Amino acid sequence: MSANGTANAAGNNLIAQRVAFVVMVVFLLLAPLVVYPVFLMKVMCFALFACAFNLLIGFGGLLSFGHAMFLGSGGYAAAHAAKVWGLPTELAILFGTGVALVLGYFVGLLAIKRQGIYFAMITLALAQMVYFFALQAPFTGGEDGIQGVPRGLLLGFIDLNQPLAMYGLVMAIFLGGFVFIWRVVHSPFGQVLKAIRENESRAISLGYDADRFKHIAFIISGGVAGLAGATKAIVFQLASLTDVHWSMSGEVVLMTLLGGLGTIFGPVIGAAIIITMQNYLAQLGAWVTVVQGVIFVICVLAFRRGVIGELARWLKKPL
Amino acid sequence: MEIFGVPTQALFGQLLIGLINGSFYALLSLGLAVIFGLLNIINFTHGAQYMMGAFVAFLLLNKLGIGYWWSLLVVPLLVGATGMVIERTMLSRLYKLDHLYGLLLTFGLALIIQGLFRNEFGSSGQPYRIPPELAGGQNLGFMFLPNYRAWVIVASFFVCLATWYVIERTKLGAYLRAATENPQLVQAFGINVPRMITLTYGFGVGLAALAGVMAAPIYQVSPQMGGDLIIVVFAVVVIGGMGSILGAILTGFGLGVMEGLTKVFYPEASSTVIFIIMAIVLLLKPAGLFGTQK
Repeated sequence: MSANGTANAAGNNLIAQRVAFVVMVVFLLLAPLVVYPVFLMKVMCFALFACAFNLLIGFGGLLSFGHAMFLGSGGYAAAHAAKVWGLPTELAILFGTGVALVLGYFVGLLAIKRQGIYFAMITLALAQMVYFFALQAPFTGGEDGIQGVPRGLLLGFIDLNQPLAMYGLVMAIFLGGFVFIWRVVHSPFGQVLKAIRENESRAISLGYDADRFKHIAFIISGGVAGLAGATKAIVFQLASLTDVHWSMSGEVVLMTLLGGLGTIFGPVIGAAIIITMQNYLAQLGAWVTVVQGVIFVICVLAFRRGVIGELARWLKKPL
Repeated sequence: MEIFGVPTQALFGQLLIGLINGSFYALLSLGLAVIFGLLNIINFTHGAQYMMGAFVAFLLLNKLGIGYWWSLLVVPLLVGATGMVIERTMLSRLYKLDHLYGLLLTFGLALIIQGLFRNEFGSSGQPYRIPPELAGGQNLGFMFLPNYRAWVIVASFFVCLATWYVIERTKLGAYLRAATENPQLVQAFGINVPRMITLTYGFGVGLAALAGVMAAPIYQVSPQMGGDLIIVVFAVVVIGGMGSILGAILTGFGLGVMEGLTKVFYPEASSTVIFIIMAIVLLLKPAGLFGTQK
């Protein structure tokens, strides 16, 4: 999927991205003064999740339709570690990330055997398997999920039940993950990944082991998605089936598509729009699904560059 | 009587359920394969269209008094027609783009359709009466066979066979296969390929709706009935490989039976067994059992 010619051209023209990053950091520092912090934390968790997803689709051309399995398993693992094992918060989040990394290794091993549409179907099917596992396994709490996960103390002395302390941690994790993905995209590894997306046979003939690059990208993406899920479980003190369900996999596709596939900031904006929308439409019940479907259709038919993609085109700078 | 420590009654009962599920897997994956062959699109709306089939039959019966047998004929035509509208107005704009956009569009449509039905009819399931001609059942000695279930297995088997015959053995099917190979060339011979694509999509959707009508008396008619099913059908398609029509049919029935047997011997894995088989097939034969890697 290379709808974004702008992101490829002028790879060294990164001034616009740096400016946008500074704007984002300033916004996140000031926003809790006017916006409910829990809402912002939710947006940041999903934005990180969408950034992880975007690494695969936007830069590797791989549409994973099962990314909820990483969000969910990261969340379950972190919740279990924090609640049942009593691990300190930072270790619980790391453990959740680690579980998602391992899952990413094995799922990636299978999924990269096929391309395009098959890749999407395989990831979807494997995610459904993880869903059924979460439904039946004894430690996930079935329909109830894992509730009352303690937020605990960060590094043993910062009480995360303080909203602003929690906010600071989530912001640090989000920015860390975001910068990491950003670095990966602009690293030589990311360039090879883009080359594989554009023309796999040519990349192979140049001596790159395409499968290995795709596999590593898949593991990174799964790990960061797991980090987002683990953080989300700590923030909301809950890990539940919603996060492993296929509709969650669809939601992250929607966020990224709406924000702009293959842009750096698109997933963040897309996540912010979708979460805000869900917040306002929550009382309308099933209409949320309808609205999401309509956005999907409009994006695919008429708005394939997404919000940030269109903005970048207008500014003639990659964002 | 017992086989491997399992009462035959339970064994054959689960085999029967497996065959029933397999019938639906076969019908649905067949429709997906036909659509994919010509359009190169995986129709994510398939599950929603299966659900529409069941709902339209339910509404025809309860609002207009039109019974099961007429529904079998009318519903696939109605739902197939909505499919053709979708193809003409939306899908046809995407053929020049990456095929993944087709998947995303049909996913969005599935969300819209399921959401609308849930708003209108709520989440709870509605019962659909078994047609009186097929009520009751036969005692086969080793098990009780409800007539309706036997009918579903036989009917879907013949529908699959007929589809296979039309595609592989008739002139119309030859055009279709030729258009799958090289649409430009077929068009140059004076065959209206865009119309053929529309009709093919309508036919595939009609198959999904037919499966929905047949499923209505067995499962509850509910807006979510297609959502989870379609994911299993995707796995079936990956296992079979989309190259062959016969492959789609065989894999559908075969996996239904495998799932039924798992329910007898290791019930915990019954909901995941198809995904596990998919993983194994991907490791051993990535193109699928009947597929060819391009």
